[in-house]
Amino acid sequence: MKYSLREQISHFLVQYAVPIIFVLLSIVAIPLSRFSTEYLVQEMVARLARDSFLVLSLLIPIMAGMGLNFGMVLGAMAGEIGLIFITDWNVMGVQGMLLAMIISTPLAILLGWMCGAILNKAKGREMVTSFILGFFMNGVYQLVVLYGFGNIIPIKNPALVLSRGFGIRNVTNLAGIRHCLDDLFSFNIMGITIPAATFLLIGAFCLFITWFSRTKLGQDMRAVGQDQDVAGSTGIPVERTRIISIVISTVLACYGQIIFLQNIGTMNTYNSHEQAGMFAIASLLVGGASVSRATIPNVFLGVILFHLMFVVSPMAGKYLIGEAQLGEFFRVFISYGVIAIALVLYSWRRHKERERARRSLRGAE
Amino acid sequence: MEGVGKSYFGNRVLANVNFSLKKGQILGLVGENGAGKSTLMNILFGMPVIQETGGFEGKIYIDGKEVSFNSPFEALEAGVGMVHQEFSLIPGFTAAENIVLNRESTTYNVLVEAFGDRLRTLDRVEIRKRAETAIDTLNVDLHPDMCVSEMPVGHKQFTEIAREIDKKRTRLLVLDEPTAVLTETEAAILLKSMKKLADLGISIIFISHRLQEILDICDTIIVLRDGEVVREFVPEKTDLMSIASAMVGRSIQGQSQRTQEDADRTSGEIILRVENLWVDMPGETVRDVNLEVHKGEIFGIGGLAGQGKLGIGNGIMGLYPSGGTVTFDGDVVPLNDPMAPLSLGIAAVSEDRRGVGLLLEEPIAWNIIFTALQVQNRYLRSILGGLVRIRDAAAIRDCAKHYIQALEIKCVSERQRVVELSGGNQQKICLAKAFALDPKLLFVAEPTRGIDVGAKKVVLDTLREYNRKNRATVVMISSELEELRSICDRIAIIDEGRVAGILPATAPSTEFGLLMLGKVQKTRERVTA
Repeated sequence: MKYSLREQISHFLVQYAVPIIFVLLSIVAIPLSRFSTEYLVQEMVARLARDSFLVLSLLIPIMAGMGLNFGMVLGAMAGEIGLIFITDWNVMGVQGMLLAMIISTPLAILLGWMCGAILNKAKGREMVTSFILGFFMNGVYQLVVLYGFGNIIPIKNPALVLSRGFGIRNVTNLAGIRHCLDDLFSFNIMGITIPAATFLLIGAFCLFITWFSRTKLGQDMRAVGQDQDVAGSTGIPVERTRIISIVISTVLACYGQIIFLQNIGTMNTYNSHEQAGMFAIASLLVGGASVSRATIPNVFLGVILFHLMFVVSPMAGKYLIGEAQLGEFFRVFISYGVIAIALVLYSWRRHKERERARRSLRGAE
Repeated sequence: MEGVGKSYFGNRVLANVNFSLKKGQILGLVGENGAGKSTLMNILFGMPVIQETGGFEGKIYIDGKEVSFNSPFEALEAGVGMVHQEFSLIPGFTAAENIVLNRESTTYNVLVEAFGDRLRTLDRVEIRKRAETAIDTLNVDLHPDMCVSEMPVGHKQFTEIAREIDKKRTRLLVLDEPTAVLTETEAAILLKSMKKLADLGISIIFISHRLQEILDICDTIIVLRDGEVVREFVPEKTDLMSIASAMVGRSIQGQSQRTQEDADRTSGEIILRVENLWVDMPGETVRDVNLEVHKGEIFGIGGLAGQGKLGIGNGIMGLYPSGGTVTFDGDVVPLNDPMAPLSLGIAAVSEDRRGVGLLLEEPIAWNIIFTALQVQNRYLRSILGGLVRIRDAAAIRDCAKHYIQALEIKCVSERQRVVELSGGNQQKICLAKAFALDPKLLFVAEPTRGIDVGAKKVVLDTLREYNRKNRATVVMISSELEELRSICDRIAIIDEGRVAGILPATAPSTEFGLLMLGKVQKTRERVTA
């Protein structure tokens, strides 16, 4: 079908509405914030290293048609439990990180399998189900961490435990593994530190996703993602494939959270995971992904644009209105707002596309 | 292949069907909607629905061995391939990917040892080669790298068939109305490829409503009617007319007969004019309908299922996205606004009785007056000096009682919930609800679907009486041709979303049959998909 140039342009604008809005906002906000270019670039590099892995873990469920996996919060929890253990045992550095990953993997697999099985019962409503599931598991997590640790599971390090003798403190100090991956080998370019090891890991992950989509399993996932009935009728085990995609995503989110926290250096025991899901999903959507389509470039573009807004907006708010609080408000506003906008745009876009397809029905034109 | 013989006793849907098909032959299977074609194919293909409803009777032989498939996968194993009416394709995949779906060629890599065969890498080169071979066998012009969502319908169909060919085992191919969605050139290509496949030794069962195609390529033709094989034809010794009459000729019981008075009726001026109407109703797409309905007549709209006849009423009533011009009694009816036709005096009885037609959990009385109350603000009375209006319970009750009596609705009282009534009585309530609006024009869709013979007669008689007494125009949409012929003045037949022809009800049934089967050629604009 042929479309005029005008239609093609409007189609492009509809397709990339969210990133375009963010680019425009950034253009306005960056000069207002009075940050130096160097500072911003350094900040973006650090945040890319910190967040990309988490955001990348969202790609596989989207491929399998399960939407944005808020269930990655479960993986993040598993990762945090691993981190609590290694802090208690005082295992430091990269070995500590690896051990944390090893401890949390089975937990993440279990949680992912559970999440996948539940989502199979709620086909078509995966996003809201996994979102609520995240809240529910947060309760279980609190029970385990607040009462289990120190009571049932022995914790030796008194610095970790609340003064009453059981339960982990609100803030866990991860000094032992702080920046251990980032500093494994890093170098400076024009005064900007680049954590090469982390980026290598992220690069490997991207290669993995590209390779994975070329395997039989990846192909099956794409088929299931586009049409479950058709995929099922050719003998692809639909439910199993969906569970596998969630398990992979949860395990990767678990590693992503460990990488994220080694960069931060302290862990907000009861809140870190909550933000992980929300920020990762918002970043991906800002990068131009939709509920049904996301690519690796979406991830990096999204992380940069989202965090640029995130860093710049409080200062821009401060200089513009003299009130940093307003910028802080804007931060929260964008992260939730962008998810809402992206979801609305998604269904609006689908509507537009259906309308476009419908033109062929009019035999009498 | 030695032959497929099959019999199926007892059930109403299919009774004692026998036929055999030799290797490399094409069998044409024709019949009206509901004649049992789909059931027959479901049995052959081992669809789960057959097992769930108690299995089937009789025996099927393939290559002389008795077979009975419990699932479509078993049928596939045994070499039975089927191309359904609805495409079974992944929209975002290319033709090649769809052709090899779940049978992809793969190569080994190390991770297979750890995680099993599903982590084998796809061999794109080999996949493409296989797809090309299958497409070449079909001898059609189809690019393996074309994405399905961008294909015209014909290419989708070819992709489906190519998939069946790529399955090396396929020996029997069932094509369920493959040409229904194709343009004539595409259909011609498809028929040629089918012949080629037959020459390669693949047997084909070809279901179609286009009789000329069947005559052109089949080796034998079987006509199903009401679940029985009525005739078996050899194409050389028959013609279109005899097949068409074998398909539609049936005796009708319990339906009202035409009277002399009917024949003398004259109709008034044009009340409804429909121009270039298109309606996007899933499964009943209306493409380009032009028709005129005269005041005071009963106008029938018939045609096979899925051709768009139901879409016309629903489109005019604003229930599905639509476009075109509809003029009613001098006024243009705004489309896509359900309120507009109602307030102009057009009412409709939906074919979806339980979904759209009724508030199942509510009492009879409420159902009857519901639309009148909403649209015309009747059955309301003002209290507190007109500040608030509440329902007028007495008027509602009287109205409900009137219709219960007039339409012989069998119920305990007007307060009974509609969900407790039988289908026939529910249908009468739908009619009462439409009558309560005092419409100038009434759309009635499939009024006798799923109700017993006695209720059918009452429903049809009621419609006729309403038409005579109130001088109201009725447009009746039905799949049952004989029913339309018994009550309508003129009947339009819809084929592929367009009016195939409009005939007086007294025309012979074979002429209607030919219209339904798309035999009468019309100028068809090419629709870009």
